[in-house]
Amino acid sequence: MDVRSQMSMVFHLDKCLGCHTCTVACKNIWTDRKGAEYMWWNNVETKPGTGYPTKWEDQEIYKGGWEKSGSGIELRGAGKRKGLLNIFHNPNLPVIDDYYEPFTYKYLDLIESPLQDVQPVARPVSLITGKPIDIKMGPNWDDDLSGTPDFARKDPNLKNLSPAEQEAMFQLEKMALYYLPRICNHCLNPACVASCPSGAIYKRGEDGVVLIDQTKCRAWRMCVTACPYKKTYYNWSTGKSEKCLLCFPRIEAGIAPACMHSCVGRIRYLGVMLYDADMIEKAASSDDKDLINSHLNIYLDPHDPKVIAAAKANGVADSTIAAAQASPIYKFVKEWKIALPLHAEFRTLPNLFYVPPLLPVMASVSEQEKSSTPQLNPIAKNWDDKWLYDTSLDSIFGTIDDLRMPLKYMANMFSAGNEDLIADKLKKLMAIRIYRRHKTVGDISAEKSATALRNVNLTEAQAEAIYNLTSLAKFEERFVIPAAHREQAIEMIESTADVKGSTGFGFLAKPARGL
Amino acid sequence: MDFLLFGAFPYVALVMFLVGSIYRYKTGFKYSSLSSQFLETKKLFLSSVPFHVGILVVLLGHLVGFLFPSLFLSIGGESLVTFEIVALSFAFAAIVGLISLFIRRATSERLRMVTSKMDVLIELLLMAQFIIGIWIAVELRWGSTWYASNMTPYLQSIWTLTPDVAAISAMPLLIQLHIIGAFLIVFLIPFTRLVHFLVMPLHYITRPHQIVTWYWDKKKIRDVNTPWTITEPKNN
Ligand code: SF4
Ligand code: SF4
Repeated sequence: MDVRSQMSMVFHLDKCLGCHTCTVACKNIWTDRKGAEYMWWNNVETKPGTGYPTKWEDQEIYKGGWEKSGSGIELRGAGKRKGLLNIFHNPNLPVIDDYYEPFTYKYLDLIESPLQDVQPVARPVSLITGKPIDIKMGPNWDDDLSGTPDFARKDPNLKNLSPAEQEAMFQLEKMALYYLPRICNHCLNPACVASCPSGAIYKRGEDGVVLIDQTKCRAWRMCVTACPYKKTYYNWSTGKSEKCLLCFPRIEAGIAPACMHSCVGRIRYLGVMLYDADMIEKAASSDDKDLINSHLNIYLDPHDPKVIAAAKANGVADSTIAAAQASPIYKFVKEWKIALPLHAEFRTLPNLFYVPPLLPVMASVSEQEKSSTPQLNPIAKNWDDKWLYDTSLDSIFGTIDDLRMPLKYMANMFSAGNEDLIADKLKKLMAIRIYRRHKTVGDISAEKSATALRNVNLTEAQAEAIYNLTSLAKFEERFVIPAAHREQAIEMIESTADVKGSTGFGFLAKPARGL
Repeated sequence: MDFLLFGAFPYVALVMFLVGSIYRYKTGFKYSSLSSQFLETKKLFLSSVPFHVGILVVLLGHLVGFLFPSLFLSIGGESLVTFEIVALSFAFAAIVGLISLFIRRATSERLRMVTSKMDVLIELLLMAQFIIGIWIAVELRWGSTWYASNMTPYLQSIWTLTPDVAAISAMPLLIQLHIIGAFLIVFLIPFTRLVHFLVMPLHYITRPHQIVTWYWDKKKIRDVNTPWTITEPKNN
């Protein structure tokens, strides 16, 4: 057992407003620079939709991630052989037009316009060439455009849905959408690291953050191909690739990353997971159907004395172990089992988990006569005398297989196609809703609520805890981040023992008196 | 004059190459192939690949001829013709690739944004060098043989710090130009994107796929018995 610690995340999709505050926070801090304008280390996509870069999930196009080969795995579009052979021209490299041509507006034209008969306009100009352009694409061009033929219907996750199922999904009355905020997953089996010919990308042992060494990057651009989430970006101006760094200067100080700190919907959670590095290889090469299970098995119980002892032996700090024990991620992923990785089939073992969106199924009302609703509890809502807002247990569970977002579609995103797995999570979420409805509105009987919880193996205390962490949790509960130890921070750079007796923390260069 | 060009300049070029490349490496962030594929990919395939393959083979040929001249001298008769044709076709691949790289850069507005004066200069120099090289190969048969018999001694004389200028003074102008061009390019390497050939990622072949780095080996630093040992950050 080789116990290490990993900064992991949970995004609760039912809570995301699609406000892009996270994106803007990230952009302002990190990527508002020449060559980086087109990069959105954090971005929010509308699902169903094509995303950014367009259709990034379709690995037939982008050849990202790992695929099974024999008993092991190999990179789909990069790697030692393919990478070195294609180094002069990488056929699998996405180009700027797959993202979009970055632009700004000539705002000065508005201010400096002379007096004239017509209103001045601010024309868009390319941030690459500086010439006026017609904007054709943007990082969230398909925002809220569910159902549109150009975007939603080209969603790669629709691949195995029959035309009829797709049609049903995009019927005007049934149409739904949800938001998918994405950052780098700081994977346990990162394809970006494995693909880098110059070895510039590395995973930090202390917290698992994956970084690109800017001095070592030589623009071989294989990571851009290899990351199936398209979360490494090539800076065309500096000739170096860049990626999300999980705001490591902030997390080292114990502060949440900017995107999480600013999240308006409070959908984001960050915490430590202890994991067994020895299990990575086997988990990443397991069969499709076991993939998610073996992935989640890598994470260890931070309360287990054996795990604690092994962690200590490995040099994991006590504060990190304590953080792991209070980790909101551990609760969502391992204890309550309501969060899943995005596209586990890419086999990078991502550390960002999503609580799948239930969407407002409870409000899927049916039109019927008041008299023909015998199961209706007296306090249930009846609108306009004919719309039934039916919250009685059976019909709600009936709707799980009949969600506005078909299970098959959700399974393609969150459970590598396994519909039972995703249904299991959704049922749990539904049971919590029933439980809370019983508590707050009261039109569901205690008995029904208890049955709902029992059916999904949750206790009332757990349901309460899930509700609390989902809806009420404050900063310190959502972000449990052990700060890097200040007293050790200097030792990360040099051994204090070695510079003992010199000035302060030592000289930057060796003190010398000429030759 | 000949002494300056063939006796002194090679050393100036080599020193500049060494010092410049190391200085540039040490000061960080400055070694990159500066790939422009992200801005234009279609035309790049038919220009970058032939150029790189061509120049690598041609350079390797020059290197082998320098290190093992007897190998080149042993080629004779039919196989000499074949050898020259093969070598020449790589040179042609390189020059065709180079020219289309140049056109690609010149005609794309986006690419002009990432093109420096040095890029243009070195590309023109390389082009001239290739044209002269091909010219020599066609005009002065058989290049590989006399390269091994005449040029190698000169290059070796440079290596042994006893430059044999007289031998070169007697050579045709074309060859003199080729030599000057070569050392000029060597001189300029630290100032151009060509430095990326110095950081060819060959170590990728043997390295483990995943890289995990600790700032400090925490297990060691806590060991009170060895507080004075400097430990390099460990990989995996
Ligand atoms: S999401 Fe992509 S960039 Fe991030 S660690 Fe995984 S493979 Fe690398
Ligand atoms: S800030 Fe939060 S709620 Fe808003 S889009 Fe980002 S993740 Fe969603």
